[in-house]
Amino acid sequence: MLAVRDKRDRAAFAELFDHFAPRLKGFIMRSGTGSGQAEEIVQEVMLTVWRKAEQFDPERAQVSAWIYQIARNRQIDTFRKESRPLPEELGEDPGAEPDASQILAVEQEAGQLKQALARLKPEQREIIEKAYLGELTHQEIRAQTGLPHGTIKSRIRLGLERLRHELKDMR
Amino acid sequence: MTAITHHTPDALLTAYSSGNLPQPYALVVAAHISLCLECRAAFEAHQAAGGVVLETVGAEEVSEALKSSVLDLLDAPVAPEAHYRRSGVYPGPVTEALKGKPPRWRSLGLGVRQSILSAGRSGSVRLLYIPPGQAVPDHSHNGLELTLVLQGSFSDETGRFGVGDLEVADQDLEHTPIADAGAPCICLAATDAPLRFNSLVPRILQPLFRI
Repeated sequence: MLAVRDKRDRAAFAELFDHFAPRLKGFIMRSGTGSGQAEEIVQEVMLTVWRKAEQFDPERAQVSAWIYQIARNRQIDTFRKESRPLPEELGEDPGAEPDASQILAVEQEAGQLKQALARLKPEQREIIEKAYLGELTHQEIRAQTGLPHGTIKSRIRLGLERLRHELKDMR
Repeated sequence: MTAITHHTPDALLTAYSSGNLPQPYALVVAAHISLCLECRAAFEAHQAAGGVVLETVGAEEVSEALKSSVLDLLDAPVAPEAHYRRSGVYPGPVTEALKGKPPRWRSLGLGVRQSILSAGRSGSVRLLYIPPGQAVPDHSHNGLELTLVLQGSFSDETGRFGVGDLEVADQDLEHTPIADAGAPCICLAATDAPLRFNSLVPRILQPLFRI
């Protein structure tokens, strides 16, 4: 992803496509979208990944998290004909050196999240999947207790530390 | 950034992060995240969880044509998107809803003003301007009401709400928010139902003003 962002590397983008396009298609079809329309959405998502690559920040998000958000935005755009209001971007110092330890920490947290999800009972797992596929309303989510709160909480702490650090640098 | 003490509850944040919150509420949550580091971190954590689901939910083979079509389109020109930044007390998502223009205030009487940002099937969202010491007309509501303070502060039966604080009220809460002394209170408020006012005059005005 960084080769795509920094060098506009097409071969690297093709690899990214090979990894994510089938997963995106599976993800989109899980909500009942047909194969043809799912591919149209995958196309738009992958083009957005290429066009907005400069917004990707490995200190803040894993590639999959960043692409997940793009995919949900595109689905909302397609099916609800509206665009999801998004938080304003934090203005970042473009010259700042990437923090390798933070990038690693983000990756490790994602690995732990993945393991936590894999350990869940199938019915709990299905609830989580439904929630992040965007199939549960706010009221339905509130009624659920199956979410892996502990793991999410530690990811929140990690993110908060990083954001505070970033803001300190900006002052 | 002053200390924010009233945050977006986790279920709302999860629904927002997974893209399943009606538009008026989503705007308020996006504005809150713009002001609140803690909720931004939580939002990013939910995205990470969404990313894991994307990675693990199961792949479907894509057609060869899709890949070549995407690769062919990489250089296609695209119209640049408008970027909205914070303007005064209004966070980016609110500036975007205002299309970069200042709010068009309409008087509700007693110095209270509102500017409707959107009103439709999924509910409504508006800006409210309340002079110090003035109450938002005594009201209850049918459904969920989210109120985010952008300037000044207000207090009601449940506590005090300053800049960046988000009040979540359901139909069981009958509350009377009163703007505190100091700067006029400006709030962003979303509801999924027309507000029901408890006093007579506002009830007559309700269809007129869409409040």
